[in-house]
Amino acid sequence: MQPGLEHYLTVSALLFSLGLLGVIVRRNLLVIYMSIELMLNAANLAFVAFSRFQNNADGQVTVFFIITVAAAEVSVGLALIVALYRRKQTAHVEDLTSLRL
Amino acid sequence: MIILAPIILFLPLFAALAITIFTRQNRALSAKLSISAVVVGFVLSAALVLGVGWHPVRRELILNWLEVGPLQVDFGFRLDPLSLMMLLIVTGVGSAIHIFSHGYMREDRGFSRYFACLSLFTFSMLGIVLSNNFLQLFVFWELVGVSSYLLIGFWFERPAAADACKKAFLTNRLGDFGFLTGIILAWTTLGSLNFSALEDALKNNPAALGGVATAAGLLIFCGAVGKSAQFPLHVWLPDAMEGPTPVSALIHAATMVAAGVYMLSRVFFLLDSVSLEVIGWIGGFTSLLAATIAIQQNDIKRILAYSTLSQLGYMVMAVGLGGPGPAMFHLTTHAFFKALLFLGAGSVIHSLHHEQNIWNMGGLKSKMPVTFGTFLIGTLALCGVPPFSGFYSKDSILAQAYDQNAWLFVVGLVVAAMTTFYMFRLLFVAFLGSARSESSAHAHESPKVMTWPLVALAIPSLFAGIWGIQQIYAMQWIQTGAHPRAFGDALFEPFSEKPLAAFFGLLAVMIGFCLAAVLYRRAAADPLPLKLGALSRAMHGRFYLDEIYEGFIRVTQDLLAQIADGFDRWIIAGLLVKGSHGGTELFGRALRLLQTGNLQTYAFLFAAGAALLLYLALRF
Repeated sequence: MQPGLEHYLTVSALLFSLGLLGVIVRRNLLVIYMSIELMLNAANLAFVAFSRFQNNADGQVTVFFIITVAAAEVSVGLALIVALYRRKQTAHVEDLTSLRL
Repeated sequence: MIILAPIILFLPLFAALAITIFTRQNRALSAKLSISAVVVGFVLSAALVLGVGWHPVRRELILNWLEVGPLQVDFGFRLDPLSLMMLLIVTGVGSAIHIFSHGYMREDRGFSRYFACLSLFTFSMLGIVLSNNFLQLFVFWELVGVSSYLLIGFWFERPAAADACKKAFLTNRLGDFGFLTGIILAWTTLGSLNFSALEDALKNNPAALGGVATAAGLLIFCGAVGKSAQFPLHVWLPDAMEGPTPVSALIHAATMVAAGVYMLSRVFFLLDSVSLEVIGWIGGFTSLLAATIAIQQNDIKRILAYSTLSQLGYMVMAVGLGGPGPAMFHLTTHAFFKALLFLGAGSVIHSLHHEQNIWNMGGLKSKMPVTFGTFLIGTLALCGVPPFSGFYSKDSILAQAYDQNAWLFVVGLVVAAMTTFYMFRLLFVAFLGSARSESSAHAHESPKVMTWPLVALAIPSLFAGIWGIQQIYAMQWIQTGAHPRAFGDALFEPFSEKPLAAFFGLLAVMIGFCLAAVLYRRAAADPLPLKLGALSRAMHGRFYLDEIYEGFIRVTQDLLAQIADGFDRWIIAGLLVKGSHGGTELFGRALRLLQTGNLQTYAFLFAAGAALLLYLALRF
């Protein structure tokens, strides 16, 4: 059986859900961050799939943009996490409750 | 000539305003302003009468005042025999009383305030008398009520006086409620508020009032019930004696309480036979009730107050019997002798340093001869002894009753006997015999400023019966002119016209006098409580009507107050105010639970929200 568009999109959806699940369930900040990256990559996969099956280069160009944005976001995000770790001496998300009412 | 009417009306108002704004500190000037306003008013009234004459045709002076849709009201002055006579009475008796007050109130702190209120009252009363339409009458009616409130409560630091003035005003208001409803009924059915227009409308179409005739008549009578203190709204008048005695003389004897009778005479054409029947009986009942209560009162002013109530009952009864003429005649003579009696009482009270219980008086005849003499004249006039004025006016009422309604004739006779009885009781106990207390032993005659008005009022009390006042009033309601009577004829008129009524009247007077003489001529204490027991206590307690009213008010008013309080406490403050407060707080607390501070909760909610939006976007 030839892999069709729906197969790629299903994989993309599954990857996205896994990433979302990771964000919600995992307690280590860095793991949450990796899950966010996973969600971004799931989106990339979807775009590439669409580009392939519609013979349109637009999807792949969008992927470039997403990768760039992801890189920038990672640098900023990691800087924030490092600063937070220096403050709180923990990378455990349940210890970060100063916004609690 | 007719321009004198507004001048007479507004002079006292200017005096009152001037005193209130400018001359409060200057007692002498305030008194001068007030007294001169009313004396000048009297002189101008006399001039007006001489100039205009006693014609049955009325003159009017009208200014357009108010026009709201179909309602058109003017400010007018109506001059006919009725209002001209009342002008003379109000300003004449008022002048005597103003001058008397100058002496009576000399040591009082509120001297200027007193004269300002008196002038306000004079203005209001003249307004009632000169009005040519219902709305103007009603405005001045209420003004008179306000003046009465101010004057009864003159010594407002005394709780009894403060309560009495409130009672007077509220009882009046009750009557005025009915009055206003009646006025509105008359306006809606007949289309105008002006007296002449109403009269013409009814003359052209006697059935114009239709089904509401009785209702309108009775409701308008409510105003007289309140103002002239008829049963059941009579309770304020005896309490009104808390005011200074000249006030009692002016307002609660001569003029204000007569306003009700005046009003009934003014709109006599509006009253149908059923209303007249009711009016007659209420008047008769009031006079009987009041005379009975007066027999066992021991305060000189209360006796005179109940006497006033009784005489007002007579006047109202006369109106009910179909004769505003005799009622107005009696009103005129009553104004003279009742003011005289009250001023005499004031002279006594002043001389005895505010002693008012007759059983603490005695022997005043020799110590205060002028007061005694004029008081005797007043008493004889009140009892209806010929040739004093009261005889003629009472007889005209009794003659009317004799013709129209035998029961009311009997009531009138019984009341005449009782009147004589309690008045001579008063005379024997207070003036004759020997002094019963220190203050009466040291009494002395009042100063001239107080005794001259007494003499001035004694003259009309003696002669007003034969001056031809009755003929003047007759002109108001009959179109024919007056036929002048020779002096001798006028003197004996009652005996020639209706001998039986006159005879029975005199018999009643003699019975009353003999009873009073037997019981009280040398009495050290009141013998009646022993003889009559419970009845005497009931009479003294004013038949407990005040207590009944108070109980009734406590039940209804307190109930209403509790309902209102419950509503205010539970529904408005509780449900609405505290409820909205609680609701907002609950909502806030619920929202607070969302702020967990936990990153993953936020992430979850964020994702859930996004999923929901996506779903909705795809659905629609």
